[in-house]
Amino acid sequence: MHAPRFLIAFAAALVAACFLTGCGTQPRSVKAASSVKPETERHPAPEFALKDADGKTVRLEAYKGKVVLLDFFATWCGPCKIEIPWFMEWERKHKDKGFSVLGVSMDDEGWEVVKPFLADLKVNYRVVIGNDSTAQLYGGVDALPTTFLIDRNGKIAAVHIGLASKKAFEDGIEQLLQAPGGIIKDADASRGMFLPAFTLRTSTK
Amino acid sequence: MQVKIPVLVKEGYHVNSNKPNEEYLIPLKLTWTSLGALEGGTVMYPKAALEKYEFSEQPLSVYTGNFELMASFKVAANAPAGPGAATGKLRYQACSNRACYPPKTVDITVPYQVQ
Repeated sequence: MHAPRFLIAFAAALVAACFLTGCGTQPRSVKAASSVKPETERHPAPEFALKDADGKTVRLEAYKGKVVLLDFFATWCGPCKIEIPWFMEWERKHKDKGFSVLGVSMDDEGWEVVKPFLADLKVNYRVVIGNDSTAQLYGGVDALPTTFLIDRNGKIAAVHIGLASKKAFEDGIEQLLQAPGGIIKDADASRGMFLPAFTLRTSTK
Repeated sequence: MQVKIPVLVKEGYHVNSNKPNEEYLIPLKLTWTSLGALEGGTVMYPKAALEKYEFSEQPLSVYTGNFELMASFKVAANAPAGPGAATGKLRYQACSNRACYPPKTVDITVPYQVQ
């Protein structure tokens, strides 16, 4: 029989005392934009190319001319699950007015977890799998959900970090849908033509 | 031999407990990667609180503030005398009242000395 082996007492506070934080700062004051930014203050939404559930590449530029709600989310995010049904409602209600929701999943496990999640919630809009570089393009998306409202000219009109109010979103979407369609250049590049929101764009090729 | 592993969650945040009450939530989990001269390492988690948040229909099983994990070890029969360390990884996923943050993993080290 072995003699008892003794351990020198551990320090109560171990080397790796953990300080768990969601992020390095105090909780962000989640300020939902009460309205969209003035047009002169909007910056272009960064371009990306990400894959959807069918393996097709989705580029933001394909949405030019539409109002886009770009939602960074994850399947493990409770606040995200509150907002997603709202987005589904607006996709149904406004798609014929040139509105689209585009979800960007930040799940490390990818489609393995995202596909069942989307099926379970019956999500009716396109979702792509995001990555760190895309998140960095959008200012380093850390908190989820982070949602951008993008106008018909491809410019960011509003940002919501964290769970925002449904009304704040609705007001922003309505404003952007009612706004004119922006400047579209015709074949003669020396002048632009200002078109109403729902006019079909002609090809410039 | 029991070892306390102190944890602090910053004010305004919570982490899911080791047994969250929703399937989609990521649990707190300590996994040992190397025990060195030790055996066991069973982890006991404290009792979680049930807290209601703006984004949850039901109260969530969470930890906040200061708490301790307890790991139980014994020395292996053939353990050599001298210093060593057990190492592990603690995975957690934190949220505030309105937003959630990606799961993270921190390294845990338990130094020991066998005499």
